[in-house]
Amino acid sequence: MSTVNPGSRARKQIHLGVHFPGVNNTTVWSDPRSASQIDFSSFEHLARRAEEARLDFFFLAEGLRLREHKGRIHDLDVVGRPDTLPVLAAVAAVTDRIGLAGTINTTFNEPYELARQFATLDILSGGRAAWNLVTSSDAFTGENFRRGGYLPHAERYERAAEVVEVARKLWDSWGDDAVLADRRTGDFLRPDAVRPVDHRGKHAQVSGLFTTPRGPQGHPVLFQAGDSTDGRDFAAATADVVFSAHSTFEAGRTFYDDVKGRLAAHGRARDALKILPATTVVLGDDLQDAQAKAWEIRLQQVPGRTAIAFLEQLWGRDLEEYDPEGPLPDVEPDVDNVSITRGRVRHAADPRAVAAAWRAEAEANDWSIRRLVIEKTARGGFVGTAQQVADDIDRHVQEDASDGFILVPHLTPGGLDEVFDRVVPLLQERGSFRAEYAGTTLREHLGLAAPGRGDDPETADLTSATLVG
Amino acid sequence: MVFPYPDDHTAPRSVHLGIDLTDGGAHPAAWRAVGSQSQRLFDAGRLLELVTTAQRGLLDLVTFDDGFALQPRGRGAVQGRLDAALVASRLAPRSAGIGLVPTIDTTHTEPFHVSKAIATIDHVSAGRAGWQVSWSTGAPEAAAFGRKGPQGEADAVAEADEAVEVVTRLWDSWEDDAEIRDASTGRFIDREKLHYIDHEGIRFAVKGPSITPRSPQGQPPVVVSATSDEALALAARRADVVRVSAVDAGQAAAVRARIRDAAAAAGRDPDTVRVLVDTYVVIGADRASAQARLDLLEDLDGITWDTDSLTHVGTARDLAATVEEWTEGGSADGFHLRPSSLSTDLDAIVDQVVPLLQSAEIFRREYPGTTLRQTLGLERPANRFATAPVARETA
Repeated sequence: MSTVNPGSRARKQIHLGVHFPGVNNTTVWSDPRSASQIDFSSFEHLARRAEEARLDFFFLAEGLRLREHKGRIHDLDVVGRPDTLPVLAAVAAVTDRIGLAGTINTTFNEPYELARQFATLDILSGGRAAWNLVTSSDAFTGENFRRGGYLPHAERYERAAEVVEVARKLWDSWGDDAVLADRRTGDFLRPDAVRPVDHRGKHAQVSGLFTTPRGPQGHPVLFQAGDSTDGRDFAAATADVVFSAHSTFEAGRTFYDDVKGRLAAHGRARDALKILPATTVVLGDDLQDAQAKAWEIRLQQVPGRTAIAFLEQLWGRDLEEYDPEGPLPDVEPDVDNVSITRGRVRHAADPRAVAAAWRAEAEANDWSIRRLVIEKTARGGFVGTAQQVADDIDRHVQEDASDGFILVPHLTPGGLDEVFDRVVPLLQERGSFRAEYAGTTLREHLGLAAPGRGDDPETADLTSATLVG
Repeated sequence: MVFPYPDDHTAPRSVHLGIDLTDGGAHPAAWRAVGSQSQRLFDAGRLLELVTTAQRGLLDLVTFDDGFALQPRGRGAVQGRLDAALVASRLAPRSAGIGLVPTIDTTHTEPFHVSKAIATIDHVSAGRAGWQVSWSTGAPEAAAFGRKGPQGEADAVAEADEAVEVVTRLWDSWEDDAEIRDASTGRFIDREKLHYIDHEGIRFAVKGPSITPRSPQGQPPVVVSATSDEALALAARRADVVRVSAVDAGQAAAVRARIRDAAAAAGRDPDTVRVLVDTYVVIGADRASAQARLDLLEDLDGITWDTDSLTHVGTARDLAATVEEWTEGGSADGFHLRPSSLSTDLDAIVDQVVPLLQSAEIFRREYPGTTLRQTLGLERPANRFATAPVARETA
């Protein structure tokens, strides 16, 4: 940072998170270096290495029902993971500074319970908790819950907004310095330090006193990943971080402009919301070497059976008799069978048109099924030497295609070790990424303001006097 | 994965000692005692110090109470709670040997979430999780969730019973060797070894399987406090560890017999149930100084300490004698100790009572294994869904 020329504008600071390898086909489990996705040592490895590299946060995804394909549990990708929040609480024990972000569903959890879990995580981690809020509402997932899949799709953001509203009321109901613990007078809490909450809404009715002290961050950092118009508006109104899917430069800039442009309408500053696309990194000795490695990884990520299963999602029918190394199926998609794969979103609005386009593209390029799927599931990502990747990441951030990235490794748990060792130091050298943590909380790492309490002392005191006594 | 098994035939029998690490101690005014670290009540460092001490004493397990209502603002009482499951998980990587048993409510929670939370604590602790089952009948808890009104004891216990059924089935919904990573066929799991639990109950339906693979203990021990007739019946059907209240050895023997009979009637082997007597503890160098400590706490609180079970106010030697007498007489399998003040009584238990019990050869000198089930002398149960007996490595 001392290398920045005096008088020049300070470099925009990059924010970097790491995504623990998940239940998806980015994660290559067949590689001999691939360790357990369950053993705590894997979580500890990635979190500690990321903290040594001074990254902003460690991120866990979640899915509340095992995916199914053709009516049976999908068995080709990594399956199974531990519970998000207890893992983050355990990671808090083996790290000191790195943020701890967890994906938690607003549909299948209750706001009172969520608020106390995140307040607890924030306290037990010294102010490092973050909540990536997701809104799935499908009846398939609902079958695991007593509430069931009752929520109409259109209401999922409505409920999410209300869940956040209630959680914030609960977090705000305790003063920052509520615990007095005055042994002499016997006042454990400062008088009137806890005010009652009374929320009567469409999706939640919560009243009474909250059990858990306010965390060091006031509110945990809120992440949001929705890409629909509703999702973008929700993020602009509510979130601190957007977990974006737009990692390429042009798409990133368009998305960045769009979402940042929505902030003013909510009275928020442009830098009150950070936009962090998920991305991958493949390093090599030169560009050609890196590209060869990237291709090897793509082949590992898409074995033949995975390619067929991917096509079956679009085709809506069994394609097991087709050779993954051969041409695309000549049969038409079964457009009425919409449930061949459950537990993840089906993307194509018109499967027949998409199938026709893919067939044409594969014929024109002489691609096999597997090759086409490799092309269609490509997620971009940074490929090159450490210097090239550092240059690229910095360019995306300095030119407002993002505020940083969430790095997704393909190997558990050491898939990013090389990035920490070789790319991060280059970003630090040029003054775009911290060499040391300046603060202790995730809010401080991300440069986010501490939230207020929405204080209204007069009415709060009146109600608390009647309810607390 | 193959996990180690206890060897019941060679491990010397030990009395079982749990300890309650809730708040600053069991006495409401404990936080006001000198050295109580009351400013650090919600501090992870303080909790870790407590668990480290309990582990130094080779105690079986620690429990953390929890609930969805803020404690009432009595004269000088502690107010505020952390989520007990996250506390247990936070302590897991920094401890070894000792069982970590958080309380989780069944009245207002989702059994699916409870199942994966406890299984995950078991994974991160390498087999030291337990679950203390609770239920709530209060209006404040119901109002915090707003989904239903308050329930009576019988109804809440019946719901807890159903929740425990679902949670324990989910713990078995993955067989131990379901993850195969078979590169030759491209299959990560053998899906024949994952099971829908298809629970269609009175209060809820849960499909399964869990998202979390079977944990090191398979079934983390279930702890139930037999606080009512309904709760005792639930404990006899479902619990591995039963906490009971008793003020004398005869009463303890009677309630233990009742639980063992009920367990047998439910088709269980009574020897797989550990009955621990809740014991409130105030230890002093002599009886008078212990009483003086209690008097001080009572003065601070302004009322007499009203306990509902065995209450020891005296020396470490007398407590060790009581433990020995009740255990040898078959009144209890052990004790769940509730220190009046954690800052004082926990150290006295670990540094004074434990060595006396070891000298009397009724308490372990090392942990028999690495898991809580091993410490409790309970076998790792077979998976109820497994179609064929799985070959196990034996020590």
